[in-house]
Amino acid sequence: MAKDILKKPDALYEVYHRKPGEDKKNIHYCPGCGHGVLHKLIAEAISDFGVADRTIMISPVGCSVFVYYYFDTGNIQAAHGRAPAVATGLKRANPDTIVISYQGDGDLAAIGGNNILQAANRGENITVFFVNNAIYGMTGGQMAPTTLVGQKTMTTPYGRSVQNEGYPIKVVELLATLESPAYLERCALTDAKNIAKTRKAVRKAIKCQIDGKGFSLVEVLSACPSGWKLTPVQAKKWITDRMMSYFPLGVTKDVIDEREGYHPEKVKLTGDRIEEILGLKKEKLFRDKSMSEVPEQYRNPQIKVAGFGGQGVLLLGQTLAEAGMRHGWNVSWIPSYGPEMRGGTANCQVHISENDIGAPVVDFPNILIAMNKPSLDKFEPTVQPGGIIFYNTSLIDRKPERDDVETVGLPFTDIGDELGSLRFANMVVVGAIIEKTRLLDEDIVKEAMKEVIHNKKFIPDNIVAIERGMAEAKKLE
Amino acid sequence: MAKELIKSNEAVVKGALLAGAKCYFGYPITPASEIAQAASYYFPPLGRTFIQAESEVAAIQMCYGAAGAGVRVMTASSGPGISLKQEGVSYSAGSELPVVIIVIMRGGPGLGNIAPEQADYFQVVKNGGHGNYRCMVLAPNCGQEMCDLTIHAFEMADKYRNPVYVLTDGFIGQMMEPVEFPEAMDIDERAKADWALLGDAETKGNIINSIYLDQDELEEHNRKLQRKYARMKAEDVLFEEYRLDDAEIATIGYGIVSRVLKSAVDVCREKGIKVGLLRPITLFPFPEKQVAEIANRVDNILVCELSNGQMVEDVRLVGCRGKAKISFYGRMGGNVPTVDELAEQITKVAEGGDIDG
Repeated sequence: MAKDILKKPDALYEVYHRKPGEDKKNIHYCPGCGHGVLHKLIAEAISDFGVADRTIMISPVGCSVFVYYYFDTGNIQAAHGRAPAVATGLKRANPDTIVISYQGDGDLAAIGGNNILQAANRGENITVFFVNNAIYGMTGGQMAPTTLVGQKTMTTPYGRSVQNEGYPIKVVELLATLESPAYLERCALTDAKNIAKTRKAVRKAIKCQIDGKGFSLVEVLSACPSGWKLTPVQAKKWITDRMMSYFPLGVTKDVIDEREGYHPEKVKLTGDRIEEILGLKKEKLFRDKSMSEVPEQYRNPQIKVAGFGGQGVLLLGQTLAEAGMRHGWNVSWIPSYGPEMRGGTANCQVHISENDIGAPVVDFPNILIAMNKPSLDKFEPTVQPGGIIFYNTSLIDRKPERDDVETVGLPFTDIGDELGSLRFANMVVVGAIIEKTRLLDEDIVKEAMKEVIHNKKFIPDNIVAIERGMAEAKKLE
Repeated sequence: MAKELIKSNEAVVKGALLAGAKCYFGYPITPASEIAQAASYYFPPLGRTFIQAESEVAAIQMCYGAAGAGVRVMTASSGPGISLKQEGVSYSAGSELPVVIIVIMRGGPGLGNIAPEQADYFQVVKNGGHGNYRCMVLAPNCGQEMCDLTIHAFEMADKYRNPVYVLTDGFIGQMMEPVEFPEAMDIDERAKADWALLGDAETKGNIINSIYLDQDELEEHNRKLQRKYARMKAEDVLFEEYRLDDAEIATIGYGIVSRVLKSAVDVCREKGIKVGLLRPITLFPFPEKQVAEIANRVDNILVCELSNGQMVEDVRLVGCRGKAKISFYGRMGGNVPTVDELAEQITKVAEGGDIDG
């Protein structure tokens, strides 16, 4: 056993060419540190499974930041704690790769706590090796989330106190409460027996990913003689005597055999198919119309549509804008959004123009649609002289006061109700606008409405509503 | 070319997919949520990845991973989310990874509100993250550009192996305009990213990394990055000029403000004021030459922003040696100036008055 782990597996470089300095043969870790042994166990498994070429190792922040010196695989370095998120990106981008996140206790359980929890919970098909040495090694021996109660570190000089720092985090127990992970085990790099168990766990975790069974994590209790200020021999004994009683070894979750392997299918679509799915292949009715065919006062109109939320004012505006576009004109539509929207009133502003549209806001409309009284009160004074106001007499008990604008009062809500639903009131307005302004052609507006409304089963009703609006407006003449 | 009346935030997603975006990692935030929503609707049926990440911090790191795997990848957010993403942006810049980040600005600081502001110019254009890096920043002002500049962002990100922002305000993000979509691109990852980790024997020797322990090596890495940013300045500045030829006053604005300014310029021209508009389309690289040239030519420059005056610092930096007096007019809190309001400011400048912006 001990002999086996001394042999360098193929997935480790023969010469560590990325390592700075003269010594390209030996690892940079301190004597007695567990990283070197774990590197070999992982490399050996990668080599034996024949996946070295498609493996990507993620180097974390911590002592193992230089994982990439050693592994003859793809290598990427990640920000502190973010390796599970980086792993997610790598794996989702290319599910054929074998993605291994190698993390220490500060990285995984402190700054990256949410990242590991959420990657585990998504069931990312990645493998995580979690080296728990109860201390921050690289930064010089500060407290880790796994530092034992009473343990002295550079930032717990009086020993970790339950009152001040709480208890150490038990990662594999915590993650075992989740449904998604496939395999979770805690091992230790102490004696030959435990190293053999670790080797088995490492292989099982990598195989789990190769087979598409989902998230696996192996926590490895590992010595940090420098950080603990112990000799390598004392350090191993410290794991056995102190760590194992708080961090018991063993499997906390294993549902690998119950899982079907999942290997996402590679999809390659033609450009035509992509455009079709994006809805860009629809045949649309377009007809160029010159503004000179429109009565002068309604040319290049600026339109404001206002009312209660739920009256369909946004869709009303969108229908006008869609229809305007289909006449070959420039259009813009903007909603009022934010607090106003939630306060129960809604408005949108539409430009339809032969020219380029500068500011898309409508401060001074020449077509105002007021679906309730607050809207009429607020916007009537802003209408341009010579403009037109459509107002909903079902909900507005006064006539507009302006005498320099045209006014069209109709009981839009009542008419909609009569047609079967309040939701048709907005298209009754659209019909009235077609009739009174001669801006938009009826057939194109109907096509525009079909595009804009969400529930296509209401298309026939909305066509009736448009026609009814036109008829009612005509009656006013 | 398919023409569609579409919300700008959705045009971003369709543009990205036509540009071959393979992965979207994001987190909901108003007024950018329609981007995540549209991505969740369109990415999966195309066999591409949409993930709602656990945080903005994670979303950008997922982008880092996917970019390292060689695919076109994007995320989107608004100010508070961009603050959180800065870690990943710095790492992406340091490791030279092409990531596209859409920013739909809202009011700040802190929670602020969800109305449009342009107060994230500093954190996006000047880098909110650590280190000597720059990101290209594209500033669309209409639906068509939300599509086109998103596509351009992917091209630029690949060209420079660098994060590229598309920066606009809630107003532009929320509006609908007709957009003509181009044909779908076919992206060959092997050809575009031979430096990436494609999960095979040919690329396994590649490394994605931003750690250089040796001071000289890190300095050389930084010098290389600066050469890249200089190349952006030399090759990829974009801007639009409007009625500037005979102008005595130049207004400068981007995003929604540039549209209000355009209308205000027309209003003032009718009154006989010789005014024009310079609209930076790339905020980094900033159109320095154009601003310097204009500052030498006109009497007055009026910079308008939805902020306390952020881009104006760049204008002053390159315009200060010119003859033009540089004034600033800003609105904050989500207020967008009206055409009349800006026309009034231009008139004030024309009459030699001071702007108290």
